[in-house]
Amino acid sequence: MFIIKCPYCGERDHSEFSYGGEAHLIRPKQPTELSDDQWAEYLFMRKNIKGLQYERWNHSHGCRRWFNAARDTSNDKIHYVYKIGEKPTK
Amino acid sequence: MKNKYSIFALIKNSLSYHENWQRAWRDPEPKSQYDAVIVGGGGHGLATAYYLAKEHNLKNIAVLEKGWIGGGNTGRNTTIIRSNYLWDASAGLYDHALKIWENLSQELNYNVMFSQRGVMNLAHNQHDVRELKRRTHANRLNGIDCEWLDVEQVKKFCPIINCSPNIRYPVMGSTLQRRAGTARHDAVAWGYARGADAMGVDIIQNCEVKEIRRKGDSVEGIETTKGFIKTQKIGVVAAGHSSLIANMAGLRLPLESKPLQALVSEPIKPIINTVVMSNAVHAYVSQSDKGELVIGAGTDSYISYTQKGTHEIIEGTLKAILELYPIFSRLRMLRQWGGVVDICPDASPLITKTSIKGLYFNCGWGTGGFKATPGSGHLFAHTIAKDEPHTLNAAFNINRFVSGDLVDEHGAAAVAH
Repeated sequence: MFIIKCPYCGERDHSEFSYGGEAHLIRPKQPTELSDDQWAEYLFMRKNIKGLQYERWNHSHGCRRWFNAARDTSNDKIHYVYKIGEKPTK
Repeated sequence: MKNKYSIFALIKNSLSYHENWQRAWRDPEPKSQYDAVIVGGGGHGLATAYYLAKEHNLKNIAVLEKGWIGGGNTGRNTTIIRSNYLWDASAGLYDHALKIWENLSQELNYNVMFSQRGVMNLAHNQHDVRELKRRTHANRLNGIDCEWLDVEQVKKFCPIINCSPNIRYPVMGSTLQRRAGTARHDAVAWGYARGADAMGVDIIQNCEVKEIRRKGDSVEGIETTKGFIKTQKIGVVAAGHSSLIANMAGLRLPLESKPLQALVSEPIKPIINTVVMSNAVHAYVSQSDKGELVIGAGTDSYISYTQKGTHEIIEGTLKAILELYPIFSRLRMLRQWGGVVDICPDASPLITKTSIKGLYFNCGWGTGGFKATPGSGHLFAHTIAKDEPHTLNAAFNINRFVSGDLVDEHGAAAVAH
């Protein structure tokens, strides 16, 4: 159990949030040009990082807005949060 | 040769106060070179080494384990064994394992306490009823025993289930696989370890893999905390940490590692004669031979390597348990723990070659790998030794994520996490 600081609402229990997976995956700009290998890479392959991960969260039982978090998956510590469209600071 | 375990050995050792039992396996230092190295000393990894030595005549094998053997998911699961999967590929895979389970104690000369007490899968709504009846038929077509029980029969087979029509998610029937059941999880790891060790396999604990060394498109060896080991074949069976090993070799896998929790109650007299699973309300329970109720909870939604998990998941599971079994309401829970499970997008495992010659992966078992331990090891050993999959694991290759030929057991026979 951990606390997540929503950039719009402040600190809340994580049970108010929904996890949205790895952040900064960019949908292919020209899907028709993609090979099967590239589709597999985009759809299924994941970094599955042990350590600092950039990920998306939705404050589904609060303001219902999406944002990003930098969380260490080895201890669930959230280092910082940042808004959609922003880049991680490190 | 190892001493054979038997009633006579037991009597003989009792005369010396059980102080002279032989060690079940050695504790060797790694050699500089092996014919094959298995990364991960859980049940699947030890079984792989056992069958490599036994059926493929490879004797110079090492199993590397970061911690102690059987200390990962092998020692953390709820020990349920069944093969009532929906799709043909899964049915073949899991029933292969179940058939090995049926004779495993004899084969290993080690009591794995395999108990065919049956596994029920409850239906709580019309959709469940249709899906589970479909699965019953699919199982039978694949030669796997499975029966449909109506509510009366459910009540008769497992009397403590609350079959009242007035609960939030009433029981509307159940499947029953009578050949299914449970086993003692530690014993499986220890039995395979002892069997493999007797054939000369080196089981090296407290040895972490640091780097996979490649020469062009082939593997050359492994850099470990106990030095460099040269080998042509590496079989990775690292469960939740598989992606990390894959990264060392420059590969990506379709896995996400998440915490999965379980808990046990204080021990009580025998009360539940079978294993009851309910996918819809996410509660499953059986009783260990010590008398503890063994309860499986769900996964958390996010990637984490913490082996913990959150309280709300346990709360949800226990709510469902209490509604289905009001008789448990005053039981106290003794222990709770988590494991890190590696989940594939289609909830089916990978037993596969990779684009790197000599590098093989056995992973993605997600929330239900224990049941497959003997079959998984058997088929992975075949894949490593022959450098091609057995017909039973051909469908579980990594290229299915490119071809789209998935084995989608999510919400089918896997618990819907």
